[in-house]
Amino acid sequence: MARMKFLCDADRCIECNACVTACKNEHEVPWGINRRRVVTLSDGKPGERSVSMACMHCTDAPCQAVCPVNAFYTTADGVVLHSKDICIGCGYCFYACPFGAPQYPRVGNFGTRGKMDKCTFCAGGPEKDNTMAEYEKYGANRLAEGKLPLCAEMCSTKSLLAGDGEIIAQIYKERVLKRGYGSGAWGWKTAYRETITS
Amino acid sequence: MTASVVRLCIVVAMAALLALAPSPRPAAAQQPASVDPTANAVHEEQLLQQFKTIRGLGSIPDTKSYTLEQPAGRDWRYFHEVTLRWIGAVAILGMLAVLVVFYLSRGMVRIESRRSGRTIVRFNATERFMHWMTAACFVVLALSGLNITFGRPLLLPLMSPEAFTAWSEWAKYAHNYLSFPFTLGVILIFFMWVAGNIPNRVDVEWFRRGGGMIGHDHPPAYRFNGGQKAIYWIVVLGGAAIAVSGYVLIFPFYGTDIQTMQTAEMVHGVVAVLFIAAMLAHIYIGTIGMEGAFEAMGQGTVDLNWAKEHHSLWLEEERARTGLGRSQRQPNAAPGE
Repeated sequence: MARMKFLCDADRCIECNACVTACKNEHEVPWGINRRRVVTLSDGKPGERSVSMACMHCTDAPCQAVCPVNAFYTTADGVVLHSKDICIGCGYCFYACPFGAPQYPRVGNFGTRGKMDKCTFCAGGPEKDNTMAEYEKYGANRLAEGKLPLCAEMCSTKSLLAGDGEIIAQIYKERVLKRGYGSGAWGWKTAYRETITS
Repeated sequence: MTASVVRLCIVVAMAALLALAPSPRPAAAQQPASVDPTANAVHEEQLLQQFKTIRGLGSIPDTKSYTLEQPAGRDWRYFHEVTLRWIGAVAILGMLAVLVVFYLSRGMVRIESRRSGRTIVRFNATERFMHWMTAACFVVLALSGLNITFGRPLLLPLMSPEAFTAWSEWAKYAHNYLSFPFTLGVILIFFMWVAGNIPNRVDVEWFRRGGGMIGHDHPPAYRFNGGQKAIYWIVVLGGAAIAVSGYVLIFPFYGTDIQTMQTAEMVHGVVAVLFIAAMLAHIYIGTIGMEGAFEAMGQGTVDLNWAKEHHSLWLEEERARTGLGRSQRQPNAAPGE
């Protein structure tokens, strides 16, 4: 079974935000929520890098561990999903998440949080695959259709890679070898407790 | 006139010469081999070691999303999953065990001179209303709070996930909304009883004699004895800490960042479980632990002999204030015999 992962090659990301837009459109993500975003480090300075970040679908996911109602589950592909029927919107997964992935729509006064929303690796939720009920809560289920996440699929510089962890790590290794440099797989050590050594 | 024309010609000529002189810059650019695009590049490891979180700039309104990584979430997870559960379990189960052992060995503290049949007002209606408003809120807040930390391992296996979610969601709403009357209650309790709760020398003597908990000792006390003063300050100070940290949590990211939110949750959790443990002792001594204690907050009156044994100095004060003659003291003892 494949172990699905994301990998952002920061030396290739040009901060075009196409992944963010693709994700929002594909899943019809509500206002105020971005399942994926691009963060630019050292903006405007020499050595500036941009990294596209979403849920990394961690090994031993912290969100899953701290959830007081056990709303999360990890699929056989290593994708971390959650049930919006179980979520109570307590906000704990956001405190635990190293990547700031979980977000909550505002449903009432002050800071009242609604059901948590986050990247699903385009794999939907606990509902039956590719049903309207699934789409309304979690967006498209591309994995069930045999497709990979749209953000990576349409990345113009192929900076963002998504798929079997071993395969994308191999692609990245070859790139680094060929061009002679690489700033590493951002977030891998935190998410998967491993790095890609080139 | 001619002199100035000559001077202008010299300046123009010099400018032309300068412009023709080869600049050193383009020459260097013609050596592609020396270019290293990663020379100044930011490195994940280095940033994490330096700042603990990696923060940059984004292009969406949600500024929280500009934090790329915050591995500190794992520390918070450890606290929430392990540390807080241990503190909570030891404090609450430990207190329960102590109370059970104490009850089995000491039993209910009786009114030794029995009931006199005559009562004295101890808490008026306003005081009792404030107490019970705060107490009722506290019980709901405590149970709904414990559910967040202990519900998943203890309660979820007993019911369906949907039922547990329904209960937890209502518990969350109750926790959020009852925080307001609870906080009001703590503030009113502070002002209402602060005069009688300033520690003094009588309390030192009271604590030195163990509050009379062991044996049949009855150390003198004013309206509130040392133990009650301790409970009062636990409620006021613990209540303040729990309210402040709670309101930070209830208004997420209103001028706070994720570290503040994590810290607030940690303070809230630890103070809450210790508060619950302390309140278990308070509930014990106010109900099955002591004969005649509950009626003080129940009906508002206590038996004169109870007052004499547990709050002798207060009883004297009350008698002086209400003009109850000292001569009445003698017959009081007689009916009890």
